[in-house]
Amino acid sequence: MPINQTYSQYSDLSVVSAMAVYFLAMLLHAAENAFGRQAAKRESRNAVAAGVGGGTVVAERPAPPPPGERLLPERLGRMGVALTVLGALLHLASLVLRGLATSRVPWGNMYEYISAVCLAAVVAWLVMVRRHPVRQLGAFVLTPVGIMLFIAAKLLYADAAPVVPALRSYWIVIHVSAAVIASGAFLVAGVTSALFIVKASNEANPKRFARLAARLPESAALDKTSYRISVFAFPLLTFGIIAGAVWAESAWGRYWGWDPKETVAFISWVIYAAYLHSRATAGWRGSRAAWVNVAGFATTVFNLFFVNLVTTGLHSYAGV
Amino acid sequence: MAGVLAFLRNTWRGLTAMRTALVLLFLLALAALPGVLLPQYSLNSAKVAEYKAQHDVVGPWLDKLGFFNVFAAPWFAAVYLMLFVSLIGCIAPRTVEFAQQLRAEPSLTPRRLTRMPHHARAEVDADPDSVIAHARQRLRGWRVAVREEADGVRTLSAERGFLREAGNLVFHFSMMLLLVGLAVGKLYGYEGQVIVRADGTENRQWCNSGLFAYDSFRPGLRVDGTELAPFCVRVENFQAKYLHTGQADSFHADISYQDGSAATGGGSDEWQKYGLEVNSPLRVNGNRVYLLGHGYAPRFVVTFPDGQQRTGSVQWKPMDNATLLSEGATKFDRPGVTDPEQRRKTQLAITGLFAPTAGYDGTVLTSVFPMPNRPAVAVDVYLGDLGADSGTPQSIFSIDRSMVDAGRLVKVARKNLELGQELTLEDGTRIRFDGVENWVSLQVSHDPAQEWVLVAAVLVLVGLGGSLLIKRRRLWVRASPSGGADGTGRTVVEVGGLARTDQAGYGEEFTRLADGLLAVGRPRAAVGGGPERRDVP
Repeated sequence: MPINQTYSQYSDLSVVSAMAVYFLAMLLHAAENAFGRQAAKRESRNAVAAGVGGGTVVAERPAPPPPGERLLPERLGRMGVALTVLGALLHLASLVLRGLATSRVPWGNMYEYISAVCLAAVVAWLVMVRRHPVRQLGAFVLTPVGIMLFIAAKLLYADAAPVVPALRSYWIVIHVSAAVIASGAFLVAGVTSALFIVKASNEANPKRFARLAARLPESAALDKTSYRISVFAFPLLTFGIIAGAVWAESAWGRYWGWDPKETVAFISWVIYAAYLHSRATAGWRGSRAAWVNVAGFATTVFNLFFVNLVTTGLHSYAGV
Repeated sequence: MAGVLAFLRNTWRGLTAMRTALVLLFLLALAALPGVLLPQYSLNSAKVAEYKAQHDVVGPWLDKLGFFNVFAAPWFAAVYLMLFVSLIGCIAPRTVEFAQQLRAEPSLTPRRLTRMPHHARAEVDADPDSVIAHARQRLRGWRVAVREEADGVRTLSAERGFLREAGNLVFHFSMMLLLVGLAVGKLYGYEGQVIVRADGTENRQWCNSGLFAYDSFRPGLRVDGTELAPFCVRVENFQAKYLHTGQADSFHADISYQDGSAATGGGSDEWQKYGLEVNSPLRVNGNRVYLLGHGYAPRFVVTFPDGQQRTGSVQWKPMDNATLLSEGATKFDRPGVTDPEQRRKTQLAITGLFAPTAGYDGTVLTSVFPMPNRPAVAVDVYLGDLGADSGTPQSIFSIDRSMVDAGRLVKVARKNLELGQELTLEDGTRIRFDGVENWVSLQVSHDPAQEWVLVAAVLVLVGLGGSLLIKRRRLWVRASPSGGADGTGRTVVEVGGLARTDQAGYGEEFTRLADGLLAVGRPRAAVGGGPERRDVP
């Protein structure tokens, strides 16, 4: 099947635009945090001034915004989310165009795979924004996504090309899409778990991470977000590993052979299983469980970069 | 004696505690890590040798401790066996408990339903009995128990989501089944590789008749290489296509095969056809046959001084997978020489490089493309004693260097030949590079337990889904007659709800249920307003 260069070029343009839009969204979320803090400070200053000057205990609060009008930080945050949606659409377009250019699924090499994982993370993030009060975390989620997408598009870029015969199987649709969605979702869970650790540490001792923690939602909301995502992603990871084993049986002659990628997937699986258990174990709830989730995410990243770039295994294709 | 028993009991309790299981899970993850960071014999033994050569201090120690064979190491087995013992210790009592719960009635209604995380209350225009009857009807699919309290108060306890624990148990039992399946596969399975010429000639069929039929063979612990499932394969032809970039595009081998009785019955001519490709192995008689790789066998025609001709073609080994530049040795015995003494002086070997698409760097032959567009060889011809009857096994890809070093095998010519070209030795022997043949390397795999492993894996997934998606939740209704004296049949209905594991998500369901349960008779706005409700999300 010949490669459609036009589609491929539009795909590249699209992914660059998506990165730019994500960057803008990140800035807006950062501004949301900054102005949010300023507003909070101003409020407390007013309260103090009123207390001292008037000699009265009733602090004069700034008038609440008229209905229908939102405060600046919230407006910025909502703009950030809107831009994230736009970025995700451009991102999706770039993957669809890649697929059209090559007449195959757009996750046949490392660049495409990481790009798809990033998109899955953004979508998982947007779903979480709808369901949980975690919008102000936008900058924290978009930063790792932006970095990974940048690494993929700048350093690991591969020209649109057909895949090797070993990858021509319908299992690439099943196995890899499960891996992509699970990895993307775990990325978001890793971020919220890391922030949970910060917040919980601050709640135990208000002096620690005071600046950062002030911008974070309640630790309970962070914990719940991480757990919700993990509960969704863990069965998907399990399914992905099983689908991979079924594919390996017909491609490589055995369903499991401790290939580096298989081994690290196994390690990730064990760690996330430990995370789910730890939330039900006395003495492990809270920060310890969150650390386990972060460790799980670390192995996912390790699996993505180290295993493909440093070791050589059966999962290495087209040089990477 | 009592001390020993107490020790055993405490050890067992310690081992089956959740904390221990957690630590064992971390240990398992940690123990698997060297399997990625260090080279492994099972994946690439050459890399292990290289690593050991570079690390001459730690290398031998790591080797002794099994770090180059992590997944067969005793310490790795110790971790996962402990984990599974811990698992059994945890799961067995839970299974018993679960069986009891299945028979037990839903628990008593707590005295104060207002203390429940989910709560709703209303006064309705119906008597307690009809409220409860209504609730019973609404709560289809729930396990329900109705009880009476003093003063005509009726309560209803309902419970749902038992499949959560069932899923949890299924998951853990299936993990054990999976491990057993894995072990059976390791005991009774085998895997072997063999190179087969892809020209469909009758005498080149390959049969799964025993160890000796393979070039390399990895038997399971209970496999001795006899009684392999019988079948025969003949590779009729092979095509490899590559893109102009040199990237592989497709591999296809047309094969014929005979299974079981036909193969052993001797001489049956019923062959079945199959198109062998990557990702679509041949499944025959409990075995799978895979297309692993391919390469070339240059064909040489040697014309001896007495006019006799011999044709030889042996597979040469690809050195570079991208260009299929190959190396090898094609060996000849001089025809008509029967005296062993004489034979050891006249054996001939053609060694060197083969390039499917020749490119030259000066006179040094390289290959620029993996398809046979312009085949050429760069050969060294040796004459003398190949050492074939020295007793030591010989590689088919090379000559015995020690014979060269001992001066018993002498290089007599070196030349680059393209297709059809020939060279002449001093004694008048002519060697022509006559053609190129294909060979494929096949892998035969056998694992009697893999279907069971798949069943176990699917059960793992089903159990996991049940245990993570289903919520175990409880609901109570208390209907108390109010205003009793005037006998108008007003009833205060209280509903309480509790999710036993994870509260998230029960709120909406509870609200819906409570609304339905309270919609009985005609609601009285006793305290002003409809049903009051409190939810803790």
